[in-house]
Amino acid sequence: MSQESATASPVTQKEVRTLEEATILFAGDSGDGMQLTGSQFTLATALAQNDLATLPDFPAEIRAPAGTTYGVSGFQLHFGSVNIQTPGDEVDLLVAMNPAALKVNLHRVKRGGAIMVNSNAFTRHNLKLAGYGPNNPLQDPIVKKEYQLFEVELSKMTREALKDRGLDRRVMDRSKNMFALGLALWLYSRPMRPAMEWLSQKFAKRPSIRDANIHVLKKGYHFGETTEDFIVQYEVHPATLAPGLYRAIRGAQSLALGLVAASSKSELPLFYGSYPITPASELLHELSRYKNFGVMTFQAEDEIAAIGAAIGASFGGSLGVCATSGPGLALKSEAIGLGVMAELPLVVVNVQRGGPSTGLPTKTEQSDLLQAMYGRNGEAPVPILSASTPGDCFFAAYEACRVAVHYMTPVILLADGYVVNGSEPWLVPDENMLASFPVHFATAPNGNHNGKSAFLPYVRDSATLARPWAKPGTKGLEHRIGGLEKQEDTGTVSYDPINHQRMTNLRAEKVDRVVQVMDPLVVNGDKEGAVLIVGWGSTEGAIKEAVLRLRHRDIRAGSIHLRYVNPLPADLGAILPHYDHILVPELNMGQLVRLLRDKFLLPFVPLTKVQGQPFKASEIMDAASTLLNHG
Amino acid sequence: MANQTRKPRLPPGFKAKRHNLPPRPKKSGPTRKDFASDQDVRWCPGCGDYAILAAVQRLMPSLGVPRENTVFISGIGCSSRFPYYMNTYGMHTIHGRAPAIATGLKASRSELDVWIVTGDGDALSIGGNHLIHILRRNLDVQILLFNNQIYGLTKGQFSPTSEVGKVTKSTPFGSLAQPFNPISLALGASSTFVARTMDRDTRHLTQVLKRAHAHKGVSMVEIYQNCNIYNDGAFFSFTEKQTKANNCVFIEHGKPMVYNNGRKAVRLDGFRPTAIDLTNGHWSIDDAAVYDETSIELASIASRMFDQPDLPRPFGVFYQTTYPTYEDRLQAQIAEVTRKRGVGDLAKLLKAGDTWRIKTNA
Repeated sequence: MSQESATASPVTQKEVRTLEEATILFAGDSGDGMQLTGSQFTLATALAQNDLATLPDFPAEIRAPAGTTYGVSGFQLHFGSVNIQTPGDEVDLLVAMNPAALKVNLHRVKRGGAIMVNSNAFTRHNLKLAGYGPNNPLQDPIVKKEYQLFEVELSKMTREALKDRGLDRRVMDRSKNMFALGLALWLYSRPMRPAMEWLSQKFAKRPSIRDANIHVLKKGYHFGETTEDFIVQYEVHPATLAPGLYRAIRGAQSLALGLVAASSKSELPLFYGSYPITPASELLHELSRYKNFGVMTFQAEDEIAAIGAAIGASFGGSLGVCATSGPGLALKSEAIGLGVMAELPLVVVNVQRGGPSTGLPTKTEQSDLLQAMYGRNGEAPVPILSASTPGDCFFAAYEACRVAVHYMTPVILLADGYVVNGSEPWLVPDENMLASFPVHFATAPNGNHNGKSAFLPYVRDSATLARPWAKPGTKGLEHRIGGLEKQEDTGTVSYDPINHQRMTNLRAEKVDRVVQVMDPLVVNGDKEGAVLIVGWGSTEGAIKEAVLRLRHRDIRAGSIHLRYVNPLPADLGAILPHYDHILVPELNMGQLVRLLRDKFLLPFVPLTKVQGQPFKASEIMDAASTLLNHG
Repeated sequence: MANQTRKPRLPPGFKAKRHNLPPRPKKSGPTRKDFASDQDVRWCPGCGDYAILAAVQRLMPSLGVPRENTVFISGIGCSSRFPYYMNTYGMHTIHGRAPAIATGLKASRSELDVWIVTGDGDALSIGGNHLIHILRRNLDVQILLFNNQIYGLTKGQFSPTSEVGKVTKSTPFGSLAQPFNPISLALGASSTFVARTMDRDTRHLTQVLKRAHAHKGVSMVEIYQNCNIYNDGAFFSFTEKQTKANNCVFIEHGKPMVYNNGRKAVRLDGFRPTAIDLTNGHWSIDDAAVYDETSIELASIASRMFDQPDLPRPFGVFYQTTYPTYEDRLQAQIAEVTRKRGVGDLAKLLKAGDTWRIKTNA
């Protein structure tokens, strides 16, 4: 926490310190409501007009055995009056609801940082479950020396606050996260109103629960004001964001909105086929609420049916979309190949998670890039886009739909758990500024066959090489498509060797032509210098922060973030030679770096990490420094 | 394997007599030829698929559905080449997945007349999951399951409907597993229309297809189809003149289950069907079970007349019921939500939730 100024608060008579930025981590059992606490704190922080980035980090088990380290769920939030790019390298305040939460997260807290624990949870039983043995970490002299430790009797005070309400003990205990939230809101001078409104809505039909939670929330807040444990309150001034209307948005919400917007601006009904899979299910939940936008959501019997139905809907003239995660993308491979052959628009969103196999379902990774690129039988290229921040998911989804329709091709959009579960303040785009892309369905024959006027489904647009899209129901354009190789122009089945070569070339060339619609690359930082960092997807924040820190050290550094991973932008090659070194950080074992080396034959240096966690800016900065020192 | 019976000399359906066929369509409307594409049909000469294709093409003009509103969707296998031969919209998809693709099309375009063409391997093996779910969801589509009890396109492996002990290329010492009973499977999956017919009886085939098309909801039609290359004669005991009468009972709603030209009938002894002889004076037609296609119980019993050598195998409509289709429910839900919330406004949606405004030079 960097200190700017200190004044006395007139209300509480406590010192109020102004911070530029802070990182707070709520951690507890997966049943403790930490995700909810974190997201409510996020909302309050957004409304306080701070810039922010979040990292929800939870186990795959819904309710792992209470008190165990593997059941710990965390929500990290970095906010400030300055530009915030990442969820924070180090934690300023850890709120630990039990010993396991402390054990798992202590190493993330910076030296001198604050730790607030629910001291009632530090029982012998819980200490044993967390693996602390007989040693209570709260008595540990090193912990006491290195950190500011606040022991708060959260459980006890929550029960006392609710004792006359006739609630059973379990219900009372479940409200203790609201005490913690209230206290944290006070500590950082955030408003209580958004959380109160949320509780009123959530428990509208259960007034006793609603009132209990609101009561405890207030108790937590007032405890902060009155207790002598906390002598300092913090405030973080609004960030200087670009002018406009903002909302706090999660990646999943923004991605869903991007799809709805694309449907609206293309005038195509959205058909969304999906099979539940972490962390992509949230998109299904979001989109299923938008029925009044004509959105059809279909929860299929499996991953293959989900994409199959989307392809069927696309054949019928809808915007067919499906989303999944890595294992689901593997199951969809054959159907994506059908989409490539049938040349129908289709958007496949892959919210990547740790792999292989079931891997780390709730943790983030970027290890499906090569699967997206090459994971199909035969020569089956598709455009691949990536989303870099929660808010960017909107534009990435919109763009993916536009490309799919414009080029009549399946498109893969790579997001990941971090970007979809994370939140940030989002400058709401002006609906009128979104470029519409109305579709012109074929309505009349476009050629001759056997001397007669005929509809030829594989005659191509000369600019995009897209074939025409003729909807069933259009008289005179009856035609058949399918997975067998097509005769050029007529689309009839063909096993002719030369034709197969030609069609293979055409399909590849069509995807290559997607460079036509790409915006020019924007170099962040120095346009030439010692190091260029090239990234894709959710690493953008950490890369930008690393570039900023390098430049503060007078190192000439720049970065490029790729919206398109396939095809690579046409202007990329000209940028690369302006730097001595090129670093490619990825949350995998080096995948983009292979595509880049393959294309440019330059010595790209990988920085890889597969720990289920996003990059810290410091990790990228350190790698760049090492490269400059030893490269 | 019943190879002892005579092989057909011409592809079935190619020399059928006029009286076996539906009435000629009026000359003003579309004809069979309008529904045939210009593609050469590439099935083996003598394949049962020819007869089914011919019957479907002949039936189409009488259904009153414009050609452009008709869509044939198939998976992979011999039968799945079907859409290429129909001059309608069509899609030849991937192995087993035709029901999934048809679901997306029909759900989003309910006005289209969607037919699924599939085989025993396509529908019951690789695509088994999709089949049961399309049946359960009750999309208003017709599923034509060409059952030839063999993998033809991969050159002769046993299929999920092959009988136990089937000797094929992949089972030189005989297959080991019990076959599926597609009718029982469809009933179990809550199909709202379940029927069985055969390639060699064009009239029956046409009648059943017509009823399947008229049914509002999913129609599952199992069609016994001869693969004259890898499983020739698999159904000859049901399809050939000498044995057909004694081995088939053609079930009809409200009619007694008689067969063998009225000489035999099926009687229900409790839940157990038995064959009775109407010529020996012990039994009369009044003892025969009267078929009721609205009875799921009766349909279940009839579907299990499958592996009992003393009983004939039923052909016809086993079961029909009605409940709302998936696409109607989907569209109704969209309409209902839209009525309650109003037509979605994108600008409002983008600005929904808690927002704040940052003014210039903040």
